[in-house]
Amino acid sequence: MANQVTRTTDKTPADAPETTYGGRIYRPITDIVETGDGVTLMLEMPGVAAEDVDVTLEKRVLTIQGKVRPTSIDRLNLAYAEYGEGDFERVFTMSDDFDPEKIEAEVQNGVLTLRLPRAAAAQPRKITVKAA
Amino acid sequence: MLYATGHPDPLALMRSMMRDFQTQHTPRAQAAFPAVNVWQGEDAVALTAELPGVEPADIDISVKDKVLTISGERRPPELPEAATWHRRERGYGKFSRAVQLPFTVDESRVEARFQNGILKIAVGRPDADKPRKIEIKAA
Repeated sequence: MANQVTRTTDKTPADAPETTYGGRIYRPITDIVETGDGVTLMLEMPGVAAEDVDVTLEKRVLTIQGKVRPTSIDRLNLAYAEYGEGDFERVFTMSDDFDPEKIEAEVQNGVLTLRLPRAAAAQPRKITVKAA
Repeated sequence: MLYATGHPDPLALMRSMMRDFQTQHTPRAQAAFPAVNVWQGEDAVALTAELPGVEPADIDISVKDKVLTISGERRPPELPEAATWHRRERGYGKFSRAVQLPFTVDESRVEARFQNGILKIAVGRPDADKPRKIEIKAA
């Protein structure tokens, strides 16, 4: 739509390269919490269904992508827009001690929650210093 | 010349400049939540809003005359006690947003759906508001 007025309040366009199909990419706003046995990330991805989320952890790079299903309403045209629609993408560099096999991901009400438990070997071990 | 001269009031020019100055500097960071998109058609109007992380039960939609109000609360996530924040970008708390529609809303014609954090409210145009065709009688 040529006359679309897009004002992004919460959504920041990502610095990522452009998409080939001309869509926008947004950087999902994220809360990150340390929970003792791991790290929990909560990413806002409104309009993204659970099956359209892609999470990869390669080496230390955690990549989160979400494909949005554009809203369209039968016989209605967009007259005024305060938010834009587009895919979501964000990349984090994690510390080295997460096990990609154990990542739990869940989407609820447009928020992706990722739980990354620390690998067992990486749990802190206390080292006792012996007196010589 | 950008500002029309010939005002009998010498302060009118200053006021008009002040007005322009104020409208251009509306801070965007204080934009209303939730952001709303408005859809229009012949028989209906629809609103869509992004409400990620809000439970459907925590959203209230009310209508009065021409005004439709979306309000509710976004609750912070439940975390174990030992949790510490690395990064906090999201906001939590109560919100309210009122939108004026072009016609008086009949609550039986309002339909709301919430999916993947997007709220969709469709409002049907009442029959009384629709244009009526006038037949021309032969004299």
